Amino acid sequence: MSGKTVLRWLDLEVEQGETFAVMGMSGVGKSTLLKCISGLLRPTGGEVIVDGVDIARLSETRVREIRRKIGMVFQYAALFDSMNVFENVAFGLRRHRRMSERELRAAVVERLALVGLSGTEKLMPAQLSGGMQKRVGLARALALDPPILLYDEPTTGLDPITAATISELIVRMRDQLGVTSVVVSHDIELIKRVANRIGMLHRGKIITAGTREEIETSDNPVVRQFLEGSAEGPIKL
Amino acid sequence: MSEMIHDVGDELAAAVAVPGEITYRTLDQFFTFIGGTTMLLGRALAYVTRVAVDARDTIAQMSSIGVASLPIVLVTVTFSGMVLALYSAQTLVTYGFGGMFVGGAIGLSIAREMGPVLTAVVVAARAGSAMAAEIGSMKVTEQVDALRALAVDPVQYLVVPRLVAAVVMLPAITILADVVGTAGGYIVAVINGVPGGSFMSSLQSFVDPGDVTKGLLKTVFFGATIAIVGCYEGLQTTGGATGVGRSTTRAVVLSIVLIYISNFFLAYVLFGGRTAGV
Repeated sequence: MSGKTVLRWLDLEVEQGETFAVMGMSGVGKSTLLKCISGLLRPTGGEVIVDGVDIARLSETRVREIRRKIGMVFQYAALFDSMNVFENVAFGLRRHRRMSERELRAAVVERLALVGLSGTEKLMPAQLSGGMQKRVGLARALALDPPILLYDEPTTGLDPITAATISELIVRMRDQLGVTSVVVSHDIELIKRVANRIGMLHRGKIITAGTREEIETSDNPVVRQFLEGSAEGPIKL
Repeated sequence: MSEMIHDVGDELAAAVAVPGEITYRTLDQFFTFIGGTTMLLGRALAYVTRVAVDARDTIAQMSSIGVASLPIVLVTVTFSGMVLALYSAQTLVTYGFGGMFVGGAIGLSIAREMGPVLTAVVVAARAGSAMAAEIGSMKVTEQVDALRALAVDPVQYLVVPRLVAAVVMLPAITILADVVGTAGGYIVAVINGVPGGSFMSSLQSFVDPGDVTKGLLKTVFFGATIAIVGCYEGLQTTGGATGVGRSTTRAVVLSIVLIYISNFFLAYVLFGGRTAGV
Protein backbone atom coordinates (compact mmCIF):
# COMPACT_ATOMS: atom_id res chain seq x y z
CA MET A 1 0.00 0.00 0.00
CA SER A 2 3.02 2.27 0.36
CA GLY A 3 2.95 2.76 -3.39
CA LYS A 4 6.38 1.35 -4.16
CA THR A 5 6.57 -0.91 -7.20
CA VAL A 6 8.55 -4.02 -6.31
CA LEU A 7 8.02 -6.30 -9.29
CA ARG A 8 7.44 -5.11 -12.85
CA TRP A 9 7.57 -6.86 -16.26
CA LEU A 10 8.33 -10.05 -14.42
CA ASP A 11 7.98 -13.16 -16.55
CA LEU A 12 8.56 -16.58 -15.07
CA GLU A 13 7.43 -20.10 -15.91
CA VAL A 14 8.01 -23.11 -13.69
CA GLU A 15 7.67 -26.61 -15.16
CA GLN A 16 5.87 -29.38 -13.31
CA GLY A 17 8.21 -31.45 -11.13
CA GLU A 18 11.16 -29.10 -11.29
CA THR A 19 12.81 -27.02 -8.59
CA PHE A 20 13.15 -23.45 -9.74
CA ALA A 21 15.41 -21.19 -7.72
CA VAL A 22 15.08 -17.41 -7.76
CA MET A 23 18.20 -15.66 -6.61
CA GLY A 24 18.67 -12.01 -5.97
CA MET A 25 19.78 -9.37 -3.54
CA SER A 26 18.04 -8.83 -0.20
CA GLY A 27 15.02 -6.58 -0.64
CA VAL A 28 14.74 -7.16 -4.38
CA GLY A 29 11.24 -8.66 -4.03
CA LYS A 30 11.87 -12.39 -3.73
CA SER A 31 9.39 -12.87 -0.86
CA THR A 32 6.89 -10.64 -2.66
CA LEU A 33 7.19 -12.92 -5.70
CA LEU A 34 6.41 -16.00 -3.57
CA LYS A 35 3.47 -14.26 -1.94
CA CYS A 36 2.10 -13.45 -5.40
CA ILE A 37 2.43 -17.10 -6.46
CA SER A 38 0.53 -18.26 -3.37
CA GLY A 39 -2.06 -15.49 -3.70
CA LEU A 40 -1.17 -14.00 -0.30
CA LEU A 41 -0.54 -10.76 -2.21
CA ARG A 42 -2.39 -9.71 -5.32
CA PRO A 43 -0.43 -8.07 -8.11
CA THR A 44 -1.86 -4.73 -9.27
CA GLY A 45 -1.55 -5.99 -12.84
CA GLY A 46 -0.67 -9.09 -14.83
CA GLU A 47 -1.42 -12.78 -14.43
CA VAL A 48 -0.41 -15.45 -11.92
CA ILE A 49 -1.34 -18.83 -13.36
CA VAL A 50 -1.22 -21.75 -10.94
CA ASP A 51 -2.22 -25.14 -12.29
CA GLY A 52 -3.96 -23.51 -15.25
CA VAL A 53 -5.94 -20.94 -13.21
CA ASP A 54 -5.20 -17.21 -13.09
CA ILE A 55 -5.35 -16.49 -9.38
CA ALA A 56 -4.58 -12.78 -9.69
CA ARG A 57 -8.24 -11.92 -10.25
CA LEU A 58 -9.96 -14.65 -8.25
CA SER A 59 -11.92 -14.00 -5.05
CA GLU A 60 -10.18 -14.79 -1.77
CA THR A 61 -12.51 -17.78 -1.28
CA ARG A 62 -11.52 -19.31 -4.64
CA VAL A 63 -7.84 -18.62 -4.04
CA ARG A 64 -8.15 -20.40 -0.69
CA GLU A 65 -9.23 -23.54 -2.54
CA ILE A 66 -6.16 -23.33 -4.77
CA ARG A 67 -3.86 -22.78 -1.78
CA ARG A 68 -4.57 -26.31 -0.61
CA LYS A 69 -2.36 -27.37 -3.53
CA ILE A 70 0.46 -25.11 -2.35
CA GLY A 71 2.69 -25.65 0.67
CA MET A 72 4.60 -22.64 1.90
CA VAL A 73 7.75 -22.68 4.02
CA PHE A 74 8.26 -19.27 5.61
CA GLN A 75 11.53 -17.46 6.13
CA TYR A 76 11.24 -17.50 9.92
CA ALA A 77 9.14 -20.70 9.95
CA ALA A 78 6.04 -18.78 11.19
CA LEU A 79 5.02 -21.68 13.42
CA PHE A 80 1.90 -21.09 15.51
CA ASP A 81 3.58 -20.30 18.81
CA SER A 82 0.54 -21.12 20.92
CA MET A 83 0.57 -24.75 19.71
CA ASN A 84 3.04 -27.59 20.08
CA VAL A 85 4.79 -29.23 17.13
CA PHE A 86 2.09 -31.89 16.75
CA GLU A 87 -0.74 -29.35 16.56
CA ASN A 88 1.23 -27.20 14.13
CA VAL A 89 1.64 -30.08 11.70
CA ALA A 90 -1.92 -31.31 12.32
CA PHE A 91 -3.44 -27.84 11.78
CA GLY A 92 -4.24 -28.10 8.07
CA LEU A 93 -5.36 -31.72 8.38
CA ARG A 94 -7.78 -30.95 11.21
CA ARG A 95 -9.38 -28.24 9.10
CA HIS A 96 -9.43 -29.78 5.63
CA ARG A 97 -9.49 -33.55 6.06
CA ARG A 98 -12.00 -35.73 7.80
CA MET A 99 -9.84 -38.22 9.62
CA SER A 100 -9.91 -40.04 12.94
CA GLU A 101 -7.56 -39.01 15.73
CA ARG A 102 -5.53 -42.18 15.06
CA GLU A 103 -5.17 -41.43 11.33
CA LEU A 104 -4.25 -37.87 12.21
CA ARG A 105 -1.54 -39.02 14.59
CA ALA A 106 -0.13 -41.40 11.99
CA ALA A 107 -0.10 -38.64 9.36
CA VAL A 108 1.72 -36.19 11.65
CA VAL A 109 4.27 -38.80 12.78
CA GLU A 110 4.95 -39.63 9.12
CA ARG A 111 5.52 -35.97 8.16
CA LEU A 112 7.80 -35.41 11.14
CA ALA A 113 9.80 -38.53 10.28
CA LEU A 114 10.18 -37.22 6.72
CA VAL A 115 11.92 -34.07 8.02
CA GLY A 116 13.93 -36.03 10.61
CA LEU A 117 12.14 -34.76 13.70
CA SER A 118 10.48 -37.87 15.11
CA GLY A 119 9.66 -37.57 18.79
CA THR A 120 9.38 -33.78 18.92
CA GLU A 121 5.54 -33.76 18.90
CA LYS A 122 5.15 -32.37 22.42
CA LEU A 123 7.70 -29.55 22.12
CA MET A 124 6.65 -25.93 21.74
CA PRO A 125 8.10 -23.85 18.87
CA ALA A 126 10.05 -21.67 21.33
CA GLN A 127 11.94 -24.79 22.49
CA LEU A 128 13.24 -25.55 18.99
CA SER A 129 16.38 -24.30 17.26
CA GLY A 130 16.00 -22.22 14.09
CA GLY A 131 16.78 -25.21 11.87
CA MET A 132 14.28 -27.43 13.68
CA GLN A 133 11.62 -24.72 13.38
CA LYS A 134 12.16 -24.56 9.63
CA ARG A 135 11.87 -28.33 9.36
CA VAL A 136 8.62 -28.30 11.38
CA GLY A 137 7.46 -25.54 9.03
CA LEU A 138 8.23 -27.87 6.11
CA ALA A 139 6.38 -30.75 7.80
CA ARG A 140 3.38 -28.45 8.32
CA ALA A 141 3.52 -27.35 4.67
CA LEU A 142 3.64 -31.03 3.60
CA ALA A 143 0.63 -32.02 5.69
CA LEU A 144 -1.94 -31.62 2.91
CA ASP A 145 0.33 -33.35 0.33
CA PRO A 146 0.58 -30.26 -1.86
CA PRO A 147 1.93 -30.77 -5.39
CA ILE A 148 3.59 -27.34 -5.15
CA LEU A 149 6.03 -26.15 -2.48
CA LEU A 150 7.29 -22.61 -2.05
CA TYR A 151 10.39 -22.00 0.06
CA ASP A 152 11.17 -18.49 1.33
CA GLU A 153 14.87 -18.24 2.21
CA PRO A 154 14.99 -21.78 3.60
CA THR A 155 18.58 -21.57 4.85
CA THR A 156 18.89 -17.99 6.05
CA GLY A 157 20.29 -17.82 9.55
CA LEU A 158 21.26 -21.49 9.69
CA ASP A 159 24.72 -23.00 10.20
CA PRO A 160 26.27 -24.65 7.10
CA ILE A 161 25.52 -28.20 8.23
CA THR A 162 21.86 -27.52 9.05
CA ALA A 163 21.63 -25.60 5.78
CA ALA A 164 22.96 -28.66 3.93
CA THR A 165 20.32 -30.85 5.64
CA ILE A 166 17.61 -28.48 4.48
CA SER A 167 18.97 -28.56 0.93
CA GLU A 168 18.90 -32.34 1.01
CA LEU A 169 15.29 -32.24 2.18
CA ILE A 170 14.31 -29.94 -0.67
CA VAL A 171 15.92 -32.30 -3.18
CA ARG A 172 14.20 -35.27 -1.53
CA MET A 173 10.79 -33.62 -1.72
CA ARG A 174 11.25 -33.34 -5.47
CA ASP A 175 12.69 -36.81 -6.03
CA GLN A 176 10.47 -38.79 -3.61
CA LEU A 177 7.21 -36.85 -3.73
CA GLY A 178 7.54 -35.31 -7.20
CA VAL A 179 6.61 -31.82 -5.99
CA THR A 180 7.12 -28.70 -8.06
CA SER A 181 9.10 -26.17 -6.04
CA VAL A 182 10.08 -22.55 -6.13
CA VAL A 183 12.97 -21.62 -3.84
CA VAL A 184 13.87 -17.99 -3.32
CA SER A 185 17.21 -17.35 -1.70
CA HIS A 186 20.48 -15.50 -1.86
CA ASP A 187 22.34 -18.59 -0.64
CA ILE A 188 24.33 -19.67 -3.72
CA GLU A 189 25.37 -23.00 -2.16
CA LEU A 190 21.73 -23.92 -1.56
CA ILE A 191 20.70 -22.87 -5.05
CA LYS A 192 23.46 -24.93 -6.67
CA ARG A 193 22.42 -27.98 -4.68
CA VAL A 194 18.67 -27.91 -5.23
CA ALA A 195 17.84 -26.09 -8.45
CA ASN A 196 17.06 -27.58 -11.84
CA ARG A 197 16.76 -24.09 -13.21
CA ILE A 198 17.73 -20.72 -11.82
CA GLY A 199 16.41 -17.22 -12.43
CA MET A 200 18.12 -13.99 -11.48
CA LEU A 201 15.74 -11.41 -10.01
CA HIS A 202 17.03 -7.88 -10.45
CA ARG A 203 15.20 -4.54 -10.42
CA GLY A 204 11.74 -6.12 -10.38
CA LYS A 205 12.17 -8.70 -13.13
CA ILE A 206 13.83 -12.00 -13.97
CA ILE A 207 16.72 -10.71 -16.07
CA THR A 208 17.94 -14.14 -17.05
CA ALA A 209 16.94 -17.74 -16.41
CA GLY A 210 18.40 -21.07 -17.37
CA THR A 211 19.73 -24.38 -16.17
CA ARG A 212 22.35 -24.40 -13.45
CA GLU A 213 25.13 -24.83 -16.02
CA GLU A 214 23.81 -21.99 -18.17
CA ILE A 215 23.66 -19.66 -15.19
CA GLU A 216 27.09 -20.70 -13.89
CA THR A 217 28.66 -19.98 -17.27
CA SER A 218 26.52 -16.91 -17.96
CA ASP A 219 28.36 -13.76 -18.95
CA ASN A 220 25.55 -11.51 -17.71
CA PRO A 221 27.41 -8.98 -15.53
CA VAL A 222 24.70 -8.99 -12.81
CA VAL A 223 24.78 -12.79 -12.54
CA ARG A 224 28.57 -12.82 -12.55
CA GLN A 225 28.75 -10.24 -9.79
CA PHE A 226 26.16 -12.11 -7.70
CA LEU A 227 27.83 -15.51 -8.09
CA GLU A 228 31.26 -14.10 -7.35
CA GLY A 229 29.95 -12.07 -4.42
CA SER A 230 31.84 -9.02 -5.64
CA ALA A 231 31.27 -5.49 -4.41
CA GLU A 232 32.22 -4.18 -7.85
CA GLY A 233 29.74 -4.42 -10.70
CA PRO A 234 26.32 -3.34 -11.95
CA ILE A 235 24.56 -4.08 -8.59
CA LYS A 236 25.06 -1.10 -6.30
CA LEU A 237 23.94 -1.06 -2.68
CA MET B 1 20.35 15.79 19.32
CA SER B 2 20.47 19.04 17.38
CA GLU B 3 19.79 16.99 14.27
CA MET B 4 16.68 15.57 15.93
CA ILE B 5 15.44 19.03 16.85
CA HIS B 6 16.15 20.06 13.28
CA ASP B 7 14.09 17.13 11.96
CA VAL B 8 11.20 17.98 14.25
CA GLY B 9 11.44 21.57 13.11
CA ASP B 10 11.29 20.49 9.49
CA GLU B 11 8.27 18.33 10.17
CA LEU B 12 6.52 21.16 11.96
CA ALA B 13 7.29 23.50 9.10
CA ALA B 14 5.91 20.97 6.64
CA ALA B 15 2.82 20.51 8.78
CA VAL B 16 2.14 24.24 8.91
CA ALA B 17 2.81 24.60 5.21
CA VAL B 18 0.30 21.96 4.14
CA PRO B 19 -2.65 21.86 6.54
CA GLY B 20 -4.73 20.51 3.66
CA GLU B 21 -2.48 17.48 3.42
CA ILE B 22 -2.87 16.80 7.17
CA THR B 23 -6.66 17.13 6.98
CA TYR B 24 -6.70 14.84 4.00
CA ARG B 25 -4.59 12.24 5.78
CA THR B 26 -6.73 12.36 8.94
CA LEU B 27 -9.94 11.97 6.93
CA ASP B 28 -8.35 9.21 4.90
CA GLN B 29 -7.36 7.33 8.09
CA PHE B 30 -10.83 7.88 9.55
CA PHE B 31 -12.65 6.48 6.54
CA THR B 32 -10.16 3.63 6.17
CA PHE B 33 -10.84 2.65 9.80
CA ILE B 34 -14.64 2.90 9.45
CA GLY B 35 -14.62 0.98 6.16
CA GLY B 36 -12.14 -1.63 7.38
CA THR B 37 -13.94 -2.38 10.63
CA THR B 38 -17.35 -2.49 8.94
CA MET B 39 -16.07 -4.95 6.34
CA LEU B 40 -14.43 -7.07 9.03
CA LEU B 41 -17.69 -7.15 10.99
CA GLY B 42 -19.58 -8.14 7.83
CA ARG B 43 -17.19 -10.97 7.01
CA ALA B 44 -17.28 -12.25 10.60
CA LEU B 45 -21.09 -12.10 10.74
CA ALA B 46 -21.27 -14.05 7.47
CA TYR B 47 -19.52 -16.96 9.24
CA VAL B 48 -21.75 -16.55 12.31
CA THR B 49 -24.94 -16.75 10.23
CA ARG B 50 -23.63 -19.90 8.53
CA VAL B 51 -22.92 -21.30 12.02
CA ALA B 52 -19.31 -21.76 10.92
CA VAL B 53 -18.07 -21.07 14.44
CA ASP B 54 -15.46 -23.23 16.15
CA ALA B 55 -17.04 -24.06 19.54
CA ARG B 56 -13.76 -25.00 21.22
CA ASP B 57 -11.96 -21.80 20.21
CA THR B 58 -14.99 -19.71 21.18
CA ILE B 59 -15.23 -21.27 24.64
CA ALA B 60 -11.49 -20.73 25.13
CA GLN B 61 -11.96 -17.06 24.22
CA MET B 62 -14.99 -16.76 26.51
CA SER B 63 -13.04 -18.07 29.44
CA SER B 64 -10.11 -15.85 28.57
CA ILE B 65 -12.29 -12.72 28.33
CA GLY B 66 -14.27 -13.65 31.45
CA VAL B 67 -11.37 -14.72 33.63
CA ALA B 68 -9.24 -11.82 32.50
CA SER B 69 -11.87 -9.16 33.09
CA LEU B 70 -14.25 -10.30 35.82
CA PRO B 71 -12.21 -9.43 38.95
CA ILE B 72 -11.32 -5.94 37.70
CA VAL B 73 -14.87 -5.32 36.50
CA LEU B 74 -16.32 -6.31 39.87
CA VAL B 75 -13.85 -4.14 41.80
CA THR B 76 -14.41 -1.14 39.50
CA VAL B 77 -18.20 -1.27 39.48
CA THR B 78 -18.46 -2.05 43.22
CA PHE B 79 -16.36 0.94 44.22
CA SER B 80 -18.20 3.17 41.75
CA GLY B 81 -21.52 2.08 43.28
CA MET B 82 -20.07 2.78 46.73
CA VAL B 83 -18.90 6.29 45.93
CA LEU B 84 -22.21 7.05 44.23
CA ALA B 85 -24.00 5.93 47.41
CA LEU B 86 -21.72 8.10 49.53
CA TYR B 87 -22.53 11.31 47.64
CA SER B 88 -26.24 10.65 47.09
CA ALA B 89 -26.82 9.52 50.69
CA GLN B 90 -24.99 12.55 52.10
CA THR B 91 -27.01 14.99 50.00
CA LEU B 92 -30.43 13.32 50.08
CA VAL B 93 -30.37 12.34 53.80
CA THR B 94 -29.62 16.00 54.65
CA TYR B 95 -32.82 17.07 52.87
CA GLY B 96 -34.82 14.14 54.20
CA PHE B 97 -35.18 12.23 50.92
CA GLY B 98 -32.61 9.52 51.77
CA GLY B 99 -35.05 6.67 52.11
CA MET B 100 -37.11 7.68 49.13
CA PHE B 101 -34.48 8.22 46.43
CA VAL B 102 -31.03 6.75 47.21
CA GLY B 103 -31.86 3.15 46.30
CA GLY B 104 -33.55 4.18 43.06
CA ALA B 105 -30.80 6.61 42.09
CA ILE B 106 -28.08 4.04 42.59
CA GLY B 107 -30.03 1.19 40.99
CA LEU B 108 -30.91 3.23 37.90
CA SER B 109 -27.41 4.67 37.47
CA ILE B 110 -25.81 1.25 37.70
CA ALA B 111 -28.31 -0.68 35.59
CA ARG B 112 -28.49 1.87 32.79
CA GLU B 113 -25.02 3.39 32.72
CA MET B 114 -22.28 2.47 35.13
CA GLY B 115 -22.65 -1.29 34.96
CA PRO B 116 -22.62 -1.52 31.14
CA VAL B 117 -20.15 1.29 30.41
CA LEU B 118 -17.58 0.57 33.12
CA THR B 119 -17.67 -3.14 32.30
CA ALA B 120 -17.14 -2.39 28.61
CA VAL B 121 -14.27 0.00 29.33
CA VAL B 122 -12.53 -2.49 31.58
CA VAL B 123 -13.01 -5.34 29.08
CA ALA B 124 -11.69 -3.08 26.30
CA ALA B 125 -8.59 -2.35 28.36
CA ARG B 126 -8.05 -5.92 29.46
CA ALA B 127 -9.34 -8.17 26.66
CA GLY B 128 -9.44 -5.83 23.66
CA SER B 129 -5.77 -5.02 24.18
CA ALA B 130 -4.96 -8.73 24.45
CA MET B 131 -6.73 -9.39 21.13
CA ALA B 132 -4.79 -6.67 19.35
CA ALA B 133 -1.48 -7.76 20.90
CA GLU B 134 -1.95 -11.46 20.18
CA ILE B 135 -3.21 -11.10 16.62
CA GLY B 136 -0.71 -8.29 16.00
CA SER B 137 2.25 -10.42 17.00
CA MET B 138 0.89 -13.27 14.86
CA LYS B 139 0.71 -10.81 11.98
CA VAL B 140 4.27 -9.52 12.28
CA THR B 141 5.72 -13.05 12.66
CA GLU B 142 3.86 -14.14 9.48
CA GLN B 143 1.62 -16.54 11.43
CA VAL B 144 -1.42 -14.84 9.89
CA ASP B 145 0.08 -15.45 6.43
CA ALA B 146 0.78 -19.04 7.50
CA LEU B 147 -2.92 -19.47 8.32
CA ARG B 148 -3.87 -18.14 4.91
CA ALA B 149 -1.25 -20.34 3.25
CA LEU B 150 -2.91 -23.34 4.95
CA ALA B 151 -6.19 -22.26 3.31
CA VAL B 152 -7.67 -21.04 6.60
CA ASP B 153 -9.38 -17.64 6.72
CA PRO B 154 -7.94 -15.58 9.62
CA VAL B 155 -11.36 -13.95 9.98
CA GLN B 156 -12.98 -17.30 10.64
CA TYR B 157 -10.17 -18.67 12.79
CA LEU B 158 -9.18 -15.57 14.79
CA VAL B 159 -11.98 -12.99 14.61
CA VAL B 160 -15.20 -15.03 14.80
CA PRO B 161 -14.45 -16.78 18.14
CA ARG B 162 -13.41 -13.45 19.71
CA LEU B 163 -16.48 -11.64 18.39
CA VAL B 164 -18.91 -14.31 19.57
CA ALA B 165 -17.15 -14.64 22.93
CA ALA B 166 -17.17 -10.88 23.57
CA VAL B 167 -20.81 -10.47 22.56
CA VAL B 168 -21.85 -13.34 24.86
CA MET B 169 -19.56 -12.57 27.80
CA LEU B 170 -20.06 -8.82 28.10
CA PRO B 171 -23.76 -9.02 29.12
CA ALA B 172 -22.93 -11.95 31.42
CA ILE B 173 -20.20 -10.00 33.24
CA THR B 174 -22.41 -6.90 33.32
CA ILE B 175 -25.22 -8.73 35.19
CA LEU B 176 -22.74 -9.65 37.93
CA ALA B 177 -21.36 -6.12 37.91
CA ASP B 178 -24.88 -4.68 38.29
CA VAL B 179 -25.54 -6.93 41.28
CA VAL B 180 -22.30 -6.32 43.18
CA GLY B 181 -22.31 -2.62 42.30
CA THR B 182 -25.78 -2.17 43.76
CA ALA B 183 -24.81 -4.27 46.79
CA GLY B 184 -21.78 -2.06 47.38
CA GLY B 185 -24.02 0.99 47.12
CA TYR B 186 -26.47 -0.54 49.59
CA ILE B 187 -23.78 -1.06 52.24
CA VAL B 188 -22.41 2.47 51.98
CA ALA B 189 -25.94 3.98 51.86
CA VAL B 190 -26.95 2.11 55.04
CA ILE B 191 -23.77 3.18 56.85
CA ASN B 192 -24.59 6.78 55.88
CA GLY B 193 -28.07 6.78 57.35
CA VAL B 194 -30.40 5.33 54.70
CA PRO B 195 -32.66 2.63 56.20
CA GLY B 196 -32.04 -0.72 54.46
CA GLY B 197 -35.74 -1.41 53.93
CA SER B 198 -36.41 1.93 52.24
CA PHE B 199 -33.30 1.47 50.03
CA MET B 200 -34.78 -1.79 48.75
CA SER B 201 -38.31 -0.45 48.22
CA SER B 202 -36.93 2.63 46.45
CA LEU B 203 -34.85 0.32 44.25
CA GLN B 204 -37.92 -1.74 43.39
CA SER B 205 -40.15 1.23 42.59
CA PHE B 206 -37.62 3.07 40.39
CA VAL B 207 -35.82 0.26 38.53
CA ASP B 208 -37.80 -1.66 35.90
CA PRO B 209 -36.58 -4.98 34.51
CA GLY B 210 -36.41 -2.99 31.23
CA ASP B 211 -33.70 -0.75 32.67
CA VAL B 212 -31.53 -3.79 33.31
CA THR B 213 -32.20 -5.53 29.99
CA LYS B 214 -31.70 -2.37 27.93
CA GLY B 215 -28.43 -1.82 29.79
CA LEU B 216 -27.42 -5.37 28.87
CA LEU B 217 -28.48 -4.80 25.27
CA LYS B 218 -26.02 -1.92 25.08
CA THR B 219 -23.20 -4.24 26.14
CA VAL B 220 -23.91 -6.48 23.14
CA PHE B 221 -22.91 -3.52 20.94
CA PHE B 222 -19.95 -2.71 23.18
CA GLY B 223 -18.77 -6.33 23.02
CA ALA B 224 -18.89 -6.30 19.22
CA THR B 225 -17.04 -2.97 19.17
CA ILE B 226 -14.26 -4.24 21.45
CA ALA B 227 -13.75 -7.47 19.50
CA ILE B 228 -13.89 -5.93 16.03
CA VAL B 229 -11.61 -2.99 16.88
CA GLY B 230 -9.14 -5.26 18.74
CA CYS B 231 -9.02 -7.79 15.90
CA TYR B 232 -8.92 -5.12 13.17
CA GLU B 233 -6.00 -3.31 14.79
CA GLY B 234 -4.25 -6.66 15.31
CA LEU B 235 -4.68 -7.66 11.66
CA GLN B 236 -3.48 -4.23 10.48
CA THR B 237 -0.24 -4.46 12.47
CA THR B 238 3.04 -3.89 10.66
CA GLY B 239 6.52 -3.11 11.89
CA GLY B 240 7.58 -5.63 14.53
CA ALA B 241 7.35 -5.16 18.29
CA THR B 242 6.85 -1.40 17.98
CA GLY B 243 3.95 -2.00 15.64
CA VAL B 244 2.34 -4.45 18.08
CA GLY B 245 2.58 -1.84 20.84
CA ARG B 246 1.07 0.80 18.58
CA SER B 247 -1.83 -1.45 17.56
CA THR B 248 -2.55 -2.40 21.16
CA THR B 249 -2.73 1.23 22.25
CA ARG B 250 -4.87 2.17 19.25
CA ALA B 251 -7.25 -0.72 19.92
CA VAL B 252 -7.83 0.34 23.53
CA VAL B 253 -8.12 4.07 22.82
CA LEU B 254 -10.41 3.67 19.80
CA SER B 255 -12.70 1.12 21.40
CA ILE B 256 -13.10 3.18 24.60
CA VAL B 257 -13.89 6.31 22.59
CA LEU B 258 -16.35 4.36 20.43
CA ILE B 259 -17.98 2.87 23.54
CA TYR B 260 -18.62 6.33 25.01
CA ILE B 261 -19.90 7.78 21.74
CA SER B 262 -22.15 4.82 20.90
CA ASN B 263 -23.35 4.73 24.52
CA PHE B 264 -24.87 8.19 24.13
CA PHE B 265 -26.75 7.27 20.99
CA LEU B 266 -27.84 3.87 22.35
CA ALA B 267 -29.10 5.57 25.51
CA TYR B 268 -30.94 8.12 23.40
CA VAL B 269 -32.67 5.41 21.42
CA LEU B 270 -33.28 2.92 24.23
CA PHE B 271 -34.20 5.29 27.02
CA GLY B 272 -36.21 7.70 24.93
CA GLY B 273 -34.35 10.96 24.32
CA ARG B 274 -36.37 13.53 22.40
CA THR B 275 -35.72 14.03 18.73
CA ALA B 276 -35.07 17.63 17.68
CA GLY B 277 -38.29 19.43 16.75
CA VAL B 278 -40.63 16.92 18.43
